[in-house]
Amino acid sequence: MNDFIRQLAEITGPGFVSGEPEERYLYSMDQGTMPPVSPDAVVMPGSTEEVQQIMRLANKHKVPVVPMGGGLVLSGLTRALHGGIILDMKRMNRILKVNPKSRYAVIEGGASEGMLQAYLKKHHPELKHSMPDAPPIATLAGNICIHGSGHLSVLGGFHSDMLTGMEVVLPTGEIVKSGSCSVSTDWFARAPLPDLSGLFLGWSGTTGVVTKLGIRLFPSYAHNDMLIFVCEDADLMPDVISRLTGVQVAEDMTPWMTPKPEWARGFLHINISYGAHSKKELTFKRNLLQASVKKYSDQKIAGFLPMPPPQKSRFLKIPSSDLVTFADLRKGGGFEYVGAIMAIEHFAEAYRAGLNIARTYNVSYSMGARIIGAGHAMMFFYAYAFNRADPEDIKRAQHALEATNTAALEIGGIPWKSELPAQKQIIDKMDPGTFNLMNKIRSVLDPNHIMNPGNWEK
Amino acid sequence: MQRSQISNLGENVVPEIKFDPELCVTCETIDCLMKCQYVKFAGISDAKAEKSKINAGEESRVLNECLTCYACQEYCPYNNNPFYLLVERQEEKGILPAPKPIIEEQLRMMGPRGRITPQKVRSPVVNMCAFPMLAGCVRGKLFEGASVISGNDMFCNIMWLHFAKNSVIRERVPKMIDNIMSFYLTDSKIDEMVCFHDECYGTYTSVADAFGISVPFKPVHLFDYISGRLDELSDRIKPINTKVAYQRPCSNRLSPETDKMLDDIFRKIGAERVPRKYDRENALCCGGVPRAQQRDELADELVEKNISDMLSTGAKYCVFNCPFCMATLGQEVAEHGLMPILVSDLVLTALGE
Repeated sequence: MNDFIRQLAEITGPGFVSGEPEERYLYSMDQGTMPPVSPDAVVMPGSTEEVQQIMRLANKHKVPVVPMGGGLVLSGLTRALHGGIILDMKRMNRILKVNPKSRYAVIEGGASEGMLQAYLKKHHPELKHSMPDAPPIATLAGNICIHGSGHLSVLGGFHSDMLTGMEVVLPTGEIVKSGSCSVSTDWFARAPLPDLSGLFLGWSGTTGVVTKLGIRLFPSYAHNDMLIFVCEDADLMPDVISRLTGVQVAEDMTPWMTPKPEWARGFLHINISYGAHSKKELTFKRNLLQASVKKYSDQKIAGFLPMPPPQKSRFLKIPSSDLVTFADLRKGGGFEYVGAIMAIEHFAEAYRAGLNIARTYNVSYSMGARIIGAGHAMMFFYAYAFNRADPEDIKRAQHALEATNTAALEIGGIPWKSELPAQKQIIDKMDPGTFNLMNKIRSVLDPNHIMNPGNWEK
Repeated sequence: MQRSQISNLGENVVPEIKFDPELCVTCETIDCLMKCQYVKFAGISDAKAEKSKINAGEESRVLNECLTCYACQEYCPYNNNPFYLLVERQEEKGILPAPKPIIEEQLRMMGPRGRITPQKVRSPVVNMCAFPMLAGCVRGKLFEGASVISGNDMFCNIMWLHFAKNSVIRERVPKMIDNIMSFYLTDSKIDEMVCFHDECYGTYTSVADAFGISVPFKPVHLFDYISGRLDELSDRIKPINTKVAYQRPCSNRLSPETDKMLDDIFRKIGAERVPRKYDRENALCCGGVPRAQQRDELADELVEKNISDMLSTGAKYCVFNCPFCMATLGQEVAEHGLMPILVSDLVLTALGE
């Protein structure tokens, strides 16, 4: 390995490679419950060419490679399960191009959500991208590759739906492009070509290393507002969500259910964000949203919380800090959640399953969802806080997560950015033909099986 | 005026609202309804018929259409508590002015916390109610030496009048009074308390009287306190010589006599209270409560009317005494070029603080 590290240093320069125990420890885990696994080395490439050379070298020596963005996935996907190297992409953080008319940006594979947000605010205040509620250091590429979602997901779907093209280094070192950028200098869309981007989305880093990508941008409004809908009956939620998304004016909708603070226990809330170019348009959109669920407010069984403007500012912050606050509930910094992608009609079932699990395992919980598209799906999440210094607390959270994955699959959902045990549960339920095709594709792209091995395997 | 009945609810003997139906029978004007700015009547006979239904505990459209602006309490020439009775009827009939989950959630949010601890206080004791975030308003020479008390455990609970929950007022207000006495006033041998908000003053005077709740301390209205202090600090006053538009809150309807005290305050600091269409008895709701009732379009209309009215007067400041009104209207007012400010802060400005 020492010789391998020396060869890596020749590619990136010695300051960007380490096999020292300190670095190996830091890169052995994320904030979730998955146990630490140390890599043999960590390398930080600075260009696509360096990534290409690293992949060629690793492929030649059959050394496992785990690509990593912000390392914030929480489900242990960037642990080097079979040893090898962590390929930390954070140096490749340039914002290469913004096309304000066609509304897309081209960025490098290590650019963070916060960097793009700040860049757009400074240089293109009329534009914004869909921020997830992750810390701003989370990378755009990482979030898109895990089918993340964010503050414009009602408008634009999953973040992977907002992808317009990619440049990827294959495990064997070739550089490939997908989308319009493979034919044109413009990165405007994945259509009308065979969509090769799917070879790298949702694969947990097992098919290649994303070095560049194009993403859709959206109008940034001068006027922004939000509503909070509240009801007590989980069975109403699918219809409420369907009605609210049906009027097609919201940018983001996030249901939330939490036992703390005490006043919120048992109530189901939906935060609905929307924006407009003028106050008149903003009022018009609000009226459309309110009218869509008038059936329920007229019956007095649900409605919108009255909130003076100063109270709304906290909810209009992007990213939201609420989950960060919850993450430290038990102190000790442990936090993980199961996000399960599912159809909205399973809302009540998913909610009740979460309550049951929290009771059974006596864990601090927060539940919620992010609505995708016009009610086309939702990312329903179960978040559990735990004290990392307390092994019993970690174990409780682990058991709760396992039970949640099982429940999500039983309901008809699919655990999102699933950790290893959940991947196996998904594979068990997966159509065998699908899994066979995944393996065939993988063996073609990665003949030596060096890309994040251990993931998506039986 | 007499207490009409006493009803026995379980172990507690709860007085009904102080109300004399005979006064309404002989009333020729039905001001309580005829002057209402939100519910419309074909004429006095229509209003009288609706009022009779309310008094008799029968269905009345007013129970459903009421904005809960408190104004009828002020309009009634006989102090016959028309608004408290209306809320009583709403609750009896299960009429919810706002959706149930919103009321239930607010009930929990504003419930007593039991986190109060005994504290020595000295006069003047200023009660900031459930707005501890405004404690910074109590400062300078104006409030020199004041003790501030605040928190959910002394919340005046008057807001439940907006939500058809007289029962909560009956349940919680005596506890709040007990908290104020046993944790602060009794041991400190103090028998009066300055109410920073109209809501608290209205609770410990008008509501307490109508609901038969005894108040063992003397509530002092903020305006009364400020006016007195301005006399003591008269040599420090630098007249602000400015036009101010006042946004009179719903809860001031419960102590209309204090509106004159505000005139005195403005006069003493050199502020000209501009004549507004929507001030004094014609004050319009700030728009906050209709949003809870899911009547946002009406709320928008009220905001627009209030602001247009203020702008037409040439006022520089929009002065509030209610923090909720200020939260509801403040941003909009500022966007239209008026400076939103609380009465106490305006006075501090005149005192050079």
